[in-house]
Amino acid sequence: MQNVTEFPKEFTSKRRSPFREAMRHLWRHSSGKAGIIILGLLVLIAIFAPVIAPYDPTQLLKDQKRRDTPCVHLLGCPKEEQQHLFGIDGNSRDLFSRVIYGSRLSLQIGLATMVFAILIGTLIGAIAAYAGGAVDNILMRLMDVLMAFPSLLLAIAIVSVLGTGLINALLAIGIVSIPRFARLVRSTVLSVKELDYVQAARALGASPMRLLFQRILPNAITPLIVQGTLGIATAILDAAALSFLGLGAEPPRPEWGLMLGEEKNSIFSAPHLVIFPGIAIMLTVLGFNLLGDGLRDALDPRLTHGRQ
Amino acid sequence: MTQFIGRRILLLLPVLLGVILVTFIIVRLIPGDPCVTMLGERATPAKCALFLERYGLNDNIFVQFGRYLGNLAKLDLGDSIRFTRPVMDLLSERLPLTMELTMSAMLFSTTVGVLLGVISALKRNTILDTITMIIANIGVSMPVFWLGLLLAYVFALELKGTPFVLPPSARFTAGVALQNLDEVWGLTNLTGFKKFIIDLMSNTVLVNVIITGDWKVFWDSLKHLILPAVAVGTIPMSIIARMTRSSLLEVVGLDYIRTARAKGMQESRVIRKHAMRNAMIPIVTIIGIETGSLLSGAVLTETVFTLPGMGTALVSAILARDYPVVQGFTLVIALIFVFVNLIVDLSYAYLDPRIRVD
Repeated sequence: MQNVTEFPKEFTSKRRSPFREAMRHLWRHSSGKAGIIILGLLVLIAIFAPVIAPYDPTQLLKDQKRRDTPCVHLLGCPKEEQQHLFGIDGNSRDLFSRVIYGSRLSLQIGLATMVFAILIGTLIGAIAAYAGGAVDNILMRLMDVLMAFPSLLLAIAIVSVLGTGLINALLAIGIVSIPRFARLVRSTVLSVKELDYVQAARALGASPMRLLFQRILPNAITPLIVQGTLGIATAILDAAALSFLGLGAEPPRPEWGLMLGEEKNSIFSAPHLVIFPGIAIMLTVLGFNLLGDGLRDALDPRLTHGRQ
Repeated sequence: MTQFIGRRILLLLPVLLGVILVTFIIVRLIPGDPCVTMLGERATPAKCALFLERYGLNDNIFVQFGRYLGNLAKLDLGDSIRFTRPVMDLLSERLPLTMELTMSAMLFSTTVGVLLGVISALKRNTILDTITMIIANIGVSMPVFWLGLLLAYVFALELKGTPFVLPPSARFTAGVALQNLDEVWGLTNLTGFKKFIIDLMSNTVLVNVIITGDWKVFWDSLKHLILPAVAVGTIPMSIIARMTRSSLLEVVGLDYIRTARAKGMQESRVIRKHAMRNAMIPIVTIIGIETGSLLSGAVLTETVFTLPGMGTALVSAILARDYPVVQGFTLVIALIFVFVNLIVDLSYAYLDPRIRVD
């Protein structure tokens, strides 16, 4: 067959997958781009922590002065001294190594709590909307009650019952994040379950499970991703807060909140021990917040793309 | 309007009951023998029998809940195990400071947040807007306790010798103290609710100072309150600023604003009288939601600035397994949060007449 008249190139557009389309919009969005860069660096740091960190995060450096100020060769610290970019902490450990390894812990904390909260929240929301009636009422009133507490305080109360420790702290933060997702999924399911395309699938004999997972819940994915990303930021802040209060991670774990809590009294004598872990928390949380904002704009087809 | 308020308060009842139920259940969920958990090594069989009897832990769970509700109605939150005194007593000492901190933080976050948001919206896409929004984005991402520590460092150490130096810890300078109002008024042997109210007033700086006229105490406590309040208020301030910006930008694009401008109305008047009134609705919602973060922030910040409020008491009660205190304080904070959100809901009705009719 002879080829048909070639279509002018400028009129053809490559079909992009929705994912790539969203990524393109996200990259054009200035806060989305900033978020991707910050988090990309953070993930690299977390993966290559053993390469970047000069010491083991729990290694005690016997020959170093406790709470010694940073020694950076480039900034004029004598070459014969050991280099410690962020100084030495109260237990004579290298703070830089601890902060680097802390990125692993914080990313895990944020992801684990949000996956937990999204799974349970989706389940509760979907059941409530699907079952309706009394089940819906009971589940959603329970969510209202959980939301009637300031979230961090409820997490503190839950930790007081479960006992202190990182796992219990994460469980507590996960539990207090559930209502947000349950409400979101419930409202999505309610708004689409009577639509024609769902009815059509039902008429074709699709099972309720198939209807729910293949026809209804995909509508909730976009808002769940956005809320989940912003939720990771809150979860990291809350986990750091619990550890700071001594209710979360236990020493000698390199957790940023715990590092701050351990050294809060040396703020006047050795401020570097407080400043660096704090900057690490701030940048991580900032990264997730920016990415969340960017995703909200990039994934919402109703918004005009670009900076508002 | 009255009907609206009535209905809103009625809707509150199940939430209140739920909050009470949750705080009741939480303490019952503690694994292990409650006596051993709370008394620790002091737990002998004889003491435990007495303990279970005293706290009524031998009874049926429904009987226990009924009694808990009954006690709450009598404003009795039980006794602290560690201090062997009523939780309400502790509350009257601790609550005022936490409320002062939360309210001054709210004042800070609302005024500065709305101001930054308005500036940002009016100077949209200028360098001023960009800077303000960068500040807001960083402000949302800072851990409260870290900001508190940094402020303490800057204002107590770095600025020493300048007029801007501020105290980094405690509620008053050593030697300064509030007078007890029951002594001022010569009231003795107060008990129950009266004692609670008088103690509460004694410990609230503003109330106390207005009554005793001792303004030196007020200025001293104000100086101690500035840094913690700024630390607590920064996250809500940033969120309010962003909300104000987007809300105002949406409103100024509407027709009625163009009409107002076309009439030749002064721009500042257009913004203040016309645009802000509608832009305030989402802002007020955010202020309500952020009360939760203010209360949580107060708990964290008290630890940083060693302030004797509910937060420091709560944390030490958790570590000492003093569950009546944990239970009582958690309940009170939740009730405050619920109450603030009620006020927020009612203020919508004031700002947006459509809600009243609904």
